[in-house]
Amino acid sequence: MGKSSSKFLAGPYIVWMVLFTIIPLCMVVYNAFTDSYGAFTMENVSAIFDPVNAKPLWLSFKMSFIVTVACFLIAFPLAMVLWKYSKNRNSFIVMVFILPMWMNFMLRTLAWRLILLNNGFLNHGLEMLGLNHVYLMNTKAAIILGTAYDYFPFMLLPIYNALVKIDKDVINAAKDLGATGFVILKRIILPLSIPGIVSGLTMVFVPSMSEFVIADMLGGGKVYLIGNVIEQAFNSGYADVHLGSGLSLSLMGIIVISMLVYKFFDKGEERSGVW
Amino acid sequence: MKHIFIKKLAAVFLCLSLSLNLVACGNNTEAKEENQIIVFNYGDYIDRDVLEQFEKETGIKVLYEEFLTPEAMYTKYKNGTVKYDLICCSDYMLDKMIKDGEAREIDIDSMEYTSNIDNDFWQVSKSFDAQNKYTVPYFWGTVGILYNTSMLDFVPDSWEFLWDKRFKNNIIMQNSVRDSFIPPLVLDGKSINTTDEKVLRKALKRLEEQKELVQSYLVDEVRDDMANEQAALAVIYSGEASLASEYNEDLEYVVPKEGSNIWMDSWIIPRSSSNYEGAVKFLDFLCRDDIAQKNFEYVYYSTPNKAVLDNIDDEEKEEDNAIFPDNDILKRCEMFTYPGEEAEKLYNRLWKELKVY
Amino acid sequence: MVRKIKNVAGKLYLILILLILYLPIALLVISSFNASARNKAIWGGFTVSAYKELVHDETVMGALYTTLMLAGGAAFIATVLGTLVCIGMINMKKISKSFIIGVTQIPLLNSDIVTGIALMLLFTRFVGLSFGTMLIAHITFIIPYVVLSVQPKVLQLNLSTYEAALDLGASQFYAMWKVILPEIMPGILSGFLLAFTMSLDDFSVTYFTKAPGIHTMSTMINAEYRKGIQTEIYALSTIIFAIILFVLFIINRKSEKAAKLEAESEV
Repeated sequence: MGKSSSKFLAGPYIVWMVLFTIIPLCMVVYNAFTDSYGAFTMENVSAIFDPVNAKPLWLSFKMSFIVTVACFLIAFPLAMVLWKYSKNRNSFIVMVFILPMWMNFMLRTLAWRLILLNNGFLNHGLEMLGLNHVYLMNTKAAIILGTAYDYFPFMLLPIYNALVKIDKDVINAAKDLGATGFVILKRIILPLSIPGIVSGLTMVFVPSMSEFVIADMLGGGKVYLIGNVIEQAFNSGYADVHLGSGLSLSLMGIIVISMLVYKFFDKGEERSGVW
Repeated sequence: MKHIFIKKLAAVFLCLSLSLNLVACGNNTEAKEENQIIVFNYGDYIDRDVLEQFEKETGIKVLYEEFLTPEAMYTKYKNGTVKYDLICCSDYMLDKMIKDGEAREIDIDSMEYTSNIDNDFWQVSKSFDAQNKYTVPYFWGTVGILYNTSMLDFVPDSWEFLWDKRFKNNIIMQNSVRDSFIPPLVLDGKSINTTDEKVLRKALKRLEEQKELVQSYLVDEVRDDMANEQAALAVIYSGEASLASEYNEDLEYVVPKEGSNIWMDSWIIPRSSSNYEGAVKFLDFLCRDDIAQKNFEYVYYSTPNKAVLDNIDDEEKEEDNAIFPDNDILKRCEMFTYPGEEAEKLYNRLWKELKVY
Repeated sequence: MVRKIKNVAGKLYLILILLILYLPIALLVISSFNASARNKAIWGGFTVSAYKELVHDETVMGALYTTLMLAGGAAFIATVLGTLVCIGMINMKKISKSFIIGVTQIPLLNSDIVTGIALMLLFTRFVGLSFGTMLIAHITFIIPYVVLSVQPKVLQLNLSTYEAALDLGASQFYAMWKVILPEIMPGILSGFLLAFTMSLDDFSVTYFTKAPGIHTMSTMINAEYRKGIQTEIYALSTIIFAIILFVLFIINRKSEKAAKLEAESEV
């Protein structure tokens, strides 16, 4: 047949991924299990249990959990409404919701800074209404808000894409058979959109778990997440490549475990992508 | 129809990215052959026009990078990712670098304009550079409290006020290890260079108590946030303070009566430097009368440069006691020294504990 | 009646979310025209001076240039590599296929920060940082998005056309170019766009693999916002937003036309 030669097209990709994904990861692992003299140690990996690292980790987990749930609760109904009003995923109305994603991530966060500052837009607005100031800047709430805003489209799109794939005839059939709206939601729409929901949860949870720059910009150095710990491990006074690698490895492990828990509910259905 | 459009769009993108790419690669290889120096400095700590002028006059390209804290600088430097030719940093970090053998000797006498630096500052520099062999002074100053007179009807001339519950959510602290330990250590009547764990733990305790009152821990943002009236009090460097009060007339600077820190930022040529000549040229350029003047006007920190100081009339010196502090203020200030590796680790550990508190 | 209420509620919800999504951006845009130098929450008069300064601001323009170059270059190379591997996977054994899919999942499951750190360790150990290494880093973390976009299309391919072309004497390359490529083109395009967006938006990976003296938009903003209000940055964001709006508008016009044509042809 001679078709087999097409396999070689995969060559460059495989070489690339080995060079720039697998080898770097091996370097992280190597660094994680050695000290600065190159001797084997478990210290860097077990450092995650040290309170100064465990506390931020737990905080990150809690905050990204809130962010993820909040995004889901807002995005799911929205995706349902969009599904109703749009023909396909290239519709104008859907694009309108993707658009903010094309603004730079830092700009979006910067905008929230403008709003939340003690004498920012929010407080000026409240003042005009004769209300008291709120001090949201430099709090966990500010970071949660900023993170949820930044990652919202990553929740919306996969869910929407999964909804679009649902055959509307199935729903009409159910209606004809006398199913109520709630039953249709519970028995048809929700189960069929699970691949999208899982994608959305992953795409929001993973990045917010390791977020550090939003915490930097909206947290005023008062909120310290595991992402900040790792970043500081490479860029600050307590810089230690080995410790940083160890913590990165731990974070990776925790994320993979969380994903396995998701997968357990996912039951191997086809994922729906962002686009 | 839509497909055709998207195809066209993509085609444009592809062509654009390809051509841009070729240009970029071309630029990159050129840059490597060129004569260039990599300069590492605090944020917003030089007049960018000075860099340009230097490039024009000497043909040496300046790659300019900034860092937030001395600790961040040292880590980046130690990583070896970038071969810096010239670094500007503070006394205790310079102390560390010289002790670690990371500094390259500078032939200061061979430079044309280093004589512009006042002898007093060569003397002060000796606390970290005993023979004046490795560093050239850049700017200096004190650490104190910047406060907003429209929010305070008294002078907060004590560090105690940083623990005053009335200012909850109205205090900005420095987001850097050594600086944040100044107030509690001074209040306890201890040296800001202490290595005693008990003393430091007690200071940490104070800082932890203070955390709920603190609005934010910042570095470069302090000046602007204060000018914007985000907070009533802030721990700040004198130079930043006087800039801030230029933006906002309500701002005043005070060095607390218990004492504080006097600091010196100097240039150092690290061992990693691959263009010693270029670095020395740049250093000399910074000391030159007109450039030092220009740079002073932009940065507006206390300068050790005689040529600049002579140009400033006494009236201005009287007016701005942040940049031109009295001798009795300086007498109650202490300079940082490098506390040694053990103590540094301890400081960092305590800092981390404060951050996660 | 209930239906009507539901409809109205749905629309209201849609509008509410839109407002929240666009409010921060709108404030950025307004701020770019605000003459008040310090506090952008107070209106200090209308000015376009930020736009004039923007053109001469080398830091901002340089960052914009680097960002576009990086995103364009990385998305292009990633699209080529990603498309090739998807085609290559057609006739592959299951084991090799699952190996490739597995490797593709790594950058997706890894947080950006770990990807950035891993690449930084690699580059600093062997070559040092430059624009080239930044490009490599970007390609590495956006490639999976291309593969995920293209692969479903490849799976849907009807290979019999391709085989027919081969039987009729077309060379393998020719058949691929003329038969397979057009069929998977939508996937390639959306993969390219997604990769481009991801690269444009990235901070973490760039932050760790950044070469000295080079800034992308993200790292530039991260360095500049601390030094005070930079109205030029707001001006730039306004321009970017205007471009995006323009593109959206055109897409909308075209799709309306397409819908009309479709409707007409149906009649």
